[in-house]
Amino acid sequence: MKVTSHAFKTNARHALGDAQLQQAMLNLRSGFAERRAHVVSQLPEWEELRDEAVAIKKHTLANLDFYLEEFEKRVIANGGQVHWCRDAAEANATVLAICRKLGARTVTKGKSMIGEEMGVNDHLEANGITPVETDLGEYIIQIRHEPPSHIIAPAVHLVKEQIAQSFRDTHRDLDPARQLADSRQMCDEARAVLRPRFLAADVGITGANFLIAETGSSIIVTNEGNGDLTQTLPKAHIVLASLEKVVPTFEDAATILRLLARSATGQEFSAYTTVSTGPRRPDDLDGPGEYHVVLLDNGRSALLGGEFEDMLRCIRCAACLNHCPVYQAIGGQSYGWVYPGPMGAVLTPSLLGVEEAGNLPNASTFCGRCEDVCPMKIPLPKMMRHWREREFQRHLPPRAYRLGLAAWAFLARRPALYRLASAWGARMLGYVGRARGRFRALPFAAGWTRTRDLPAPEGRSFMSLWAERNAASGSSK
Amino acid sequence: MTEKPRVALFVTCLVDLFRSSVGFAAVKLIEDAGCTVEVPQAQSCCGQPAYNSGDRKSTQAIARTVIAAFAGFDYVVAPSGSCAGMIKVHYPALFADDPAMAEKARALADRTYELVSFLVDVMKVERVTARYDGVATYHDACSGLRELGVKAQPRQLLASVAGLTVTEMRDPEVCCGFGGTFAIKYGDISDKIVGEKADNIRAAGADTVIAGDMGCLLNMAGKLEREGDKTKVRHVAEVLAGVTGPAIGEPGDAS
Repeated sequence: MKVTSHAFKTNARHALGDAQLQQAMLNLRSGFAERRAHVVSQLPEWEELRDEAVAIKKHTLANLDFYLEEFEKRVIANGGQVHWCRDAAEANATVLAICRKLGARTVTKGKSMIGEEMGVNDHLEANGITPVETDLGEYIIQIRHEPPSHIIAPAVHLVKEQIAQSFRDTHRDLDPARQLADSRQMCDEARAVLRPRFLAADVGITGANFLIAETGSSIIVTNEGNGDLTQTLPKAHIVLASLEKVVPTFEDAATILRLLARSATGQEFSAYTTVSTGPRRPDDLDGPGEYHVVLLDNGRSALLGGEFEDMLRCIRCAACLNHCPVYQAIGGQSYGWVYPGPMGAVLTPSLLGVEEAGNLPNASTFCGRCEDVCPMKIPLPKMMRHWREREFQRHLPPRAYRLGLAAWAFLARRPALYRLASAWGARMLGYVGRARGRFRALPFAAGWTRTRDLPAPEGRSFMSLWAERNAASGSSK
Repeated sequence: MTEKPRVALFVTCLVDLFRSSVGFAAVKLIEDAGCTVEVPQAQSCCGQPAYNSGDRKSTQAIARTVIAAFAGFDYVVAPSGSCAGMIKVHYPALFADDPAMAEKARALADRTYELVSFLVDVMKVERVTARYDGVATYHDACSGLRELGVKAQPRQLLASVAGLTVTEMRDPEVCCGFGGTFAIKYGDISDKIVGEKADNIRAAGADTVIAGDMGCLLNMAGKLEREGDKTKVRHVAEVLAGVTGPAIGEPGDAS
């Protein structure tokens, strides 16, 4: 996948001017947040659940090596295999090797953000294997050759007319005169197109919402049932998971599951919560012949013990995206890689480097709504600020900005001097602006005045008026 | 008679520069609540522009000046949830590696309040005597709301203003898009967000929009004015104190 995080500002400008995207984002705005607020209000123990979930993840991260090894032992005991992969290249090579061993020609895929992170589709395609996305949203962006714009609703940036057109362009063997006006018709069409693909697939790849150490199981949470067909029908099931997905017990997963769907889609529970424990056993009616877990690090272990460790609690619910004013304004593709919104603003620089993704943690108003709704209480604004500190230490912000900031900080540290400057500024700007009450354009604030007026100061600084008032009344205050 | 609480006003850099009337309104409200008000001279800004730009060293230097200037008062009050939140929530964390400073920062944090929450939560003010004829909608500025729990207090006091009806807009808790330097660095994204806010303000059917933070107010006023909207924009302190000269961004006597 092509990374364009460095071009965030340009991406965002295009997104702001894209009428269809803006229409789609408008639809998103009212949906997720309101439904989440409703189901959360129905659960009196919400805050206790959050605390419990945070404690589970903290404990797990503090003992991550232990739980991952436990997990592997159980997977092996169940007849499966765990593949430890340091980076995307190793993970892709592993997936390809499994596919080749089985002579695979097509692979079905459930939705997996790790798959997106690895770019596994591109890798398989380059090696002559056809990956078929079976999650409806993922299928749509796959046929449009686009990256996902949201971590649980990858095609949320599209309006249905765009999707209908893509279906017509792709499903050329179907009747051109068919109706594709509503989402039901499009769902039915996707279902009909995908059904034979499920049956034909040699390998099924899914992600994992949880890995359970005590049983060696993986869990996926879906609403379409596509994941079940993906992992049950083919010869092998490959689970793509990053290492922080592990939790010690089923009970722990159950606790976090109560937070997940509520935070994500505003459902009490997703339609399907599917547990996979190893390959098909002799007395099972169905199931894959092989069960592989591709366990991806890709920079995560380096976050342990540092100021970004809390990010490893993330359960990918997308509540932070759904409540972020910046995300809602520009959509997910502006962020230029796999993970958008506040969680992406923290994670992307961690995984790709702050040189590539430095704009992401800067493009936040620090409104704090993401941290407020995060079921895992990840201090997202604080971590975005950590990135800004690292950037600043490395002199990455533009020179003019750094100089301006230094000049301002010089004054702010010297209140007497600052008082003079603000008194002068208030007088000057007030004098120039008083007739209109506002400025239409100011050279040093063009980013502001291009789209908004800047109200003019009243004309005198508070500190100077206060000093005069006290001089007049003889007070020393 | 017990001695009146001594309150230091942290006027904030934006009120100091743009709208001294908000500072005087705050003084009046705090005095009316039974306190004496002093304004330490050694104040400039809480340091957020540096803090949110990643310049931790400058932030610490500024915070040290503020901590020194505001020591020894019963309370420190700011007409801003953002600046009060900076002092109350972020100053102690700034000095995590310096126990002596952290202690002083915590002592200051414990005594620092946003203006309206100080009036209601600390001084137990239940009503004000001001009059404001009109229909207003209240925007919950982010830091005050989420860092300090300022939500019911301004509404409670606004309900006591004679002649004023408060009506809620859609999504009053959603950010206006200001975000300090964000508004300039990412001007077009900021504009998109404040455009939504302006739509919600208009749809609320109010003639005035009120908030407790100067940054948000400048942003909302600037957008509404650019769109030719005549909705008045005012700081909550002005309305509660009955200080109602020209609204923010309106032409006025700037002598």
